[in-house]
This record gives sequence, structure tokens and C-alpha cells, in this order.
Amino acid sequence: MTRSVPGVRRPLDKPRGNLVASVILIAFFSILALLIMVPLIAMALGTLKGGAELWRNGLNLRPEFGKWSLKSWRYLFTGITVDGEPLPHSYFTWFKNSLVIVALQTALTLFISSFVAYGFEMYEFKGKSALFLCVLLVLMIPFEILMLPMYVQANSMRLLDNIWGIMLPFLASVSAIFFFRQYLSGLPKDLLDAGRVDGCNEYAVYLRIILPIMGPALSSMSVLVGMGAWNSLLWPMLVLTSMSKYTLPIGLNTLFTPYGNNYDLMITGSCFAVLPILALYIFAQRFIIDGLTAGGVKG
Amino acid sequence: MTSVRKLLYSKKIAPYVFVLPFTLTFAVFFIYPLISTVRMSFQDILPGQVKWVGLSNYRRLLGDKVFGQAVFNSVRYMAITCALLIPFPMLFACMISSKSMRGAGVFKSLYFLPVLTSVVVAGLVFRMMFSELPGALMNSILALLGKPPIYWMKMEYPSLFALILLCCWRWTGMNMLYFIAGLKSIPAELYEAAEIDGANAAQKFLRVSWPLLKPTTIYVLTISIYAGLAMFTESYMVFGNNTSPHNYGLTIVGYLYRYGFEKLRMGYASAVGLALLVGAMLINLAQLSVTGAIGPRRARV
Repeated sequence: MTRSVPGVRRPLDKPRGNLVASVILIAFFSILALLIMVPLIAMALGTLKGGAELWRNGLNLRPEFGKWSLKSWRYLFTGITVDGEPLPHSYFTWFKNSLVIVALQTALTLFISSFVAYGFEMYEFKGKSALFLCVLLVLMIPFEILMLPMYVQANSMRLLDNIWGIMLPFLASVSAIFFFRQYLSGLPKDLLDAGRVDGCNEYAVYLRIILPIMGPALSSMSVLVGMGAWNSLLWPMLVLTSMSKYTLPIGLNTLFTPYGNNYDLMITGSCFAVLPILALYIFAQRFIIDGLTAGGVKG
Repeated sequence: MTSVRKLLYSKKIAPYVFVLPFTLTFAVFFIYPLISTVRMSFQDILPGQVKWVGLSNYRRLLGDKVFGQAVFNSVRYMAITCALLIPFPMLFACMISSKSMRGAGVFKSLYFLPVLTSVVVAGLVFRMMFSELPGALMNSILALLGKPPIYWMKMEYPSLFALILLCCWRWTGMNMLYFIAGLKSIPAELYEAAEIDGANAAQKFLRVSWPLLKPTTIYVLTISIYAGLAMFTESYMVFGNNTSPHNYGLTIVGYLYRYGFEKLRMGYASAVGLALLVGAMLINLAQLSVTGAIGPRRARV
């Protein structure tokens, strides 16, 4: 978010440095990186070991190359168990449900929230500051506190067990509105008048002029909103009741039973659930980090 | 019809149309639920019958030992996570931004990986690493130290350790990024001036980085307090559900969930939720006035 000013060197850009300090720092951060990777490595190893071994020993870091097989992965994709028996599972139903929700929620949240942010930033109107204070209020109050009355409300609106019930309360997302408003405040207001002179009405100015130049902000937010929707557990778990509508996190959670009969599917499925986000992260790292740190930067 | 159209397109009405989606969401999914939860907190609600009971839910709350334990657990979790997830990420951010550091980008990318995993995946993996099986990761570490395996999730401090570790694992990288972004916004001239004045690394940190990171610190502290006090899904995942031995993993939101969704006592659950809301706001107001931020607005903007 910070622009580099020509002639001013950031501390990071300095070519000099102390060799001993470099070695110590790199050693320290390598150890930290290894520690942070432990759960992910344990999970990846777990996908190769099979359900029986997971049930016997849980997750650990012992490689045990001799026990490696791709049977858990085969079961995930084909529904055929280690013994060759067909035992269909609902993993890809949940996966598809999650994909649908992520796509819809991301597209609608971006459109609606940028629409609202535009109204807040570009106009002066009566009650504006009071209303924006409401945005901050929602931003400050954790959702968990209101989940019970929200559930009652969703119930009375017949939104339970319905994907709209999952999405509707969060489409005018306060964090997205806040983020977009900050981005819009950096744009010159002359653009609006130029658009009006060209014969655009108020909405066309937003649609034809502002929305197209909000590209970077929209990309950052899309990754964030999509990631949130993909990973969200609590509210979808309250709203959805039928198993065929479950999202991936809810479905994965149901696989954890004391009998341990599903551990291969659970761990392999968990690993596979992280992969789409990982792929996205590799391509869109900048956007994710810009979006996530936006709140803290401005000081 | 055209006049309605004209009015809708006028510069006077258009702003209200733009903010309408938020206004509606705010009314339907925020203000109305907030009012109804306040109302429910004065009621005893059983399926089919609603009784006004005045303050009795709140009176019961004050004498409720299990609620007291939930409050204690949540506050302890919040305090420990704040104590760990602010100083260490700040220190690491300063270290990784140092001019002697090489390959900082690779490390930052790696530290960010846990943020991408969901609570569900992280919770399932941690639960299976902290399993009571002798072969599971944490018990194998104990074995290396010559200790017998323990029932991690059935004991008070080991299970707390698991929750804290999960939280640190997920958020260390994220908080580091906040502080790195904060450090980047400090003008390099200040460090150069400090160097000319003969300041060493520690002095540069104490006199330049630390005071100028204050807005970032306040922001991180504010979100950490709320997240810590409202913690629920982490505990739900690591313990497998909302019950834990001797309520070691019970949090305030867990207690709300138990009464609101498991026992269907919505009146009492509402009182729990409002107690949490007031408590969280008081703690944060106190924090913001102690740290010198005028109000929440300044900490965010």
C-alpha cells in the first residue's frame, strides 16, 4: 500500500549488512519456518499412510516410506476403499456446494459492497456520518455475539437450509465497504463530473467509470471474500440442516468420529480442500496480502 | 412513472439508493437481532411459550459457576494470545525487515500459509497431532524426552497449550505482516538520522520503530481482544464438539451455543451474549483510552 518515493531508500533496499547477522537471522527464520510447516507436513504425510495407520497413530512426522500408498487419494477420487469395495462418499457434493457459494458470494459481495462504498465516498448526504458509524459498529462487534438472534431472524424469513440464508447477511460486507471506501478516496472526483458531462446518470458513472478502475481493489477483496466463504464454518453450520447441502468445512467436520473409520477421507479431503487456496495464493499473493493488511497500514 | 424514475436518478436520491443495501442489511441482520436479543434476555423462552421474567436471567448469570468458568477460560485465552501474538510478531517483523536479512520474501510467504487453512482443517490436524495415541506427534515428542504419553485433550493445561499453539500457529505470520506493513510506512530518514546520532539497533527499535508502530499495535490489539474473547470454533474443532472434560475448553460463545442451540434456552443464551458484548466493549474502551487512541475510529483509519 505504500508507494516508494524516488530518492528515498527503504531500510529493506539497503545493500549493506552484516554477514554474521545475516547468518543468524536466516538460521532463526528457517527454524521458525520449519516449525510453522510441521502441521502441514504431518497432514501431507498422513494422506499417504492410509486410514488404519491414522487410526492407530494419529498424525506424526515419521516418514515411514514403506507404508506409503496413494490408496487414500484413490478413495477420495473414486469412492473405492482400500479393500477394493465401492463405498461412495459425499466429499465432492460438499466441494461443489462450496464452489457455488464461493462464486456467488464473491461476485455479489464485490458488486454490492463497492456500490455502497461508492455512495459513502462520492456523495454528501444527510445522515451519512451516522450511517458510516453504523458500518464501524458492525465492524467492531463479533458475529458470534449475534449468531443466536440472527438465526431466529433467518428462521422467521424462511432462510434456513438455504444457500441464500448463508450469504444474505454478509453481502453488504462492512470490511469490504470500508476497504473500497479507502480505495475510492484516493481517486480524483473530477472523474465523476467528466462522466456526468458525457451524459452518464449517477448509476452509469459508477458502473461505466468507477467500477472498471477499481480493478486492483476488487481483486484483493475477491480473494479475501472467496477465501472467507471457502473456509467459513459456524454460520453455514447453523443455517444448513440437510447433508446434501453441506459445505466442505461442515462435511469434513462430520467425518471426525470416534470410530476412526473415515480418517483417510478426512485427512486427504482436508489436504485437497487447502489446495485450491494454495494455488490461488501462489498466483495472487500480492492481492491477498494487500487486502488482508489494509486495515492496519494506514495507522 | 417517469417522475419516479427521474427522482430515483436525481443527485439527491441517488446517494440513498447507493447505501440502501447496507441500510437494509444493517436493519434486518444487525439492529433487529440486537433488539430482539435484548428483549429475549428478559424472557424465558420454551417452545410455544414466552414468559417475561425481568432480570432473572441476569441474576442467574451472576451466580452461575459454569458461566464463571467460561468467562475465566475466555479471558485467560485472550490474555495469553495477546501477550504472545503482539510482542513476538513485532520483534520478528523488525528482524525480518533488517538490512542484514536475505530472502525475506520466501519466509514471509511461508509464514502466511497457516492463514490460508480453515479452522476446520487446522482443527482436525491439531486434534490428530494432540491425540492421546502414543504414536501421535505430541506424544512422540514426549517419548523423545523420556516421558510417558498423556491424554492431551483431557487435561487442563495440555489442552490449553493445544489451543494457544493453534492460535499462534495461525496468526503469527498474519500479525507479522501487519507490523511489516507498519514498519514500511516509517520514513527511512528517521533511521538514518538515528544512525548519524550513533543509535544502535536496540535504541533504533525503542526510539523509532516502537513509538511509530503504535497505531498498528493498537489495531492488532483491538482485533486480538475481540477474537480472543469471542473464540469458539477453535475449541469446538480441537475438542471435537462443544463438550470438553470438566469444561476445560468451554468459552463464553461456547456457553451461548450450549444454551441457545443445544438446550434451546434462548432467553438465558441472550443474556450470555449481551454480557460478552458489554464486557468486550468495556475492555476495548479501556484499552483504547490507556493506549491513547481517542476512539475506535482512529485505530482503524
